Amino acid sequence: MNAIYVMWLREVKRFLRSKSRMVGALGQPLLFLVALGYGLGPVFAKAGQGNYLEFIAPGIIGMSIIFTAIFNGMQVIWDRQFGFLKETLVAPVSRLSIMFGRTLGGATVASAQGLLVLCIAIVAGFRPTSWAGIIPAFFIMLLVALLFSALGMMVASKLKDMQGFQLIMNFLVMPLFFLSGALFPLTSVPAALLWVARFDPLSYGVDALRYFLIGTSAFPLALDVSILVVVTGIFLSLGAYFFSKIEV
Amino acid sequence: MESSIAVTGLTKKFGDFVAVDDISFSIQKGEIFAFLGPNGAGKSTTIKILTTLLHPTTGTILIEGNDPVQDPDAVRHSFGIVFQDPSLDEDLTAYENLDFHGILYGVPTATRKARIEELLTLVELSDRRNSFVREFSGGMKRRLEIARGLLHHPKILFLDEPTLGLDPQTRNHLWSYVQKLNAEEGVTVFFTTHYMEEADRVAKRIAVIDHGKIIAEGSGADLKKQTSTTTLEEAFLSLTGSEIREEARSSVDQMRQARRAWGGGTRR
Repeated sequence: MNAIYVMWLREVKRFLRSKSRMVGALGQPLLFLVALGYGLGPVFAKAGQGNYLEFIAPGIIGMSIIFTAIFNGMQVIWDRQFGFLKETLVAPVSRLSIMFGRTLGGATVASAQGLLVLCIAIVAGFRPTSWAGIIPAFFIMLLVALLFSALGMMVASKLKDMQGFQLIMNFLVMPLFFLSGALFPLTSVPAALLWVARFDPLSYGVDALRYFLIGTSAFPLALDVSILVVVTGIFLSLGAYFFSKIEV
Repeated sequence: MESSIAVTGLTKKFGDFVAVDDISFSIQKGEIFAFLGPNGAGKSTTIKILTTLLHPTTGTILIEGNDPVQDPDAVRHSFGIVFQDPSLDEDLTAYENLDFHGILYGVPTATRKARIEELLTLVELSDRRNSFVREFSGGMKRRLEIARGLLHHPKILFLDEPTLGLDPQTRNHLWSYVQKLNAEEGVTVFFTTHYMEEADRVAKRIAVIDHGKIIAEGSGADLKKQTSTTTLEEAFLSLTGSEIREEARSSVDQMRQARRAWGGGTRR
């Protein structure tokens, strides 16, 4: 229990202290919101799909969560390189609790980031259909954050150095984001793309966020939530398994 | 007396390279044992295996009666370690590094606070307790690392070149603290060092390892007698030869360089 708390606290403290990281992690979503939201907005409206800024805001929240969460999970690689990982691996606590604490910390940070992006979106002109929807939406953010923190941890447990990091960004994180329907409606895409998106857990996360924030969704909410819960469970178990096998 | 560490036929291979080659030794409870050898001889690999960080290729190990492969959690409960290379969290303060360690090792709050004070004084970092570790010099980091290793009082203490880069004052403080811990709480100490005089003075028993094999074992006096030399340094050189050993540049060094090139501090 203490181990989980300490590992969680570490992630949170580091996040709160790293102002540059916070600003950096907010800059990108802001750019997407402004450039895409305002830039493509008129085209989107002409196509009869409504307000694009409202449509992509949940997608951009999803983006900032997946980026932050996976980055945080990948922190294991830095800790391996700089030695701190060893310190936690020899501690007399189960590796499961270390892994879980780290994942929980990463998820907390990532969902906080998601909330910050929501605030930015509101400043930029986004209005949720109901303000009360923000509460269930936050739980979805937490779930998505947990899922991708666990994924990051899982991948990082298998990597020895940062060389693999770019590979992960380009061949895992970017496709997960772009194929998720964060930027376009899954209701009117070609069947092949929809088929791919169905294998992307972020699709369900963003879809559930849309359900609570703007009242539209491509899949039933129950499907979204159950897939998120099941995949999170799988990633957490696999992550815990890989983490317990780490040798340094 | 019962043995604290018992190793039989331990071998570790990395691909074709044999880092540790069929070594056996046992260390009694409460003993101070020095493990000496040139760079790359297999000292750190052995320590990593004993402390559950690496799996042995073959061989059996018992740490306080538990097998690090079968029951790593039980083994982790019995030891503390000061690593050879850095293992601090640079984005936390000195105090937080100690405090987090104490919590992870289940040191009760009151004891933890008292010991942190005592150890910060011991390594002369009291006034820098709230500074971030990334602002510390190499020597300060080393001292903090040692303080952290001594924060909980385990049954076995592994010290992998603990005095590397320390001034004589801190070295003396460290060894008197370790000897006190050994005398008062019966902590078994397993250490490596390149300072032969230190090993001779502190260790009750010494093993010399080279090319993955233990080539001599006994008290400092035994080793000197065996090699007909007058100092342990001479004995060591006579046992291991005077050729200089190279260790491969680790990926960590490359990373450090890369990180400096990207402008240091923040980890992204």
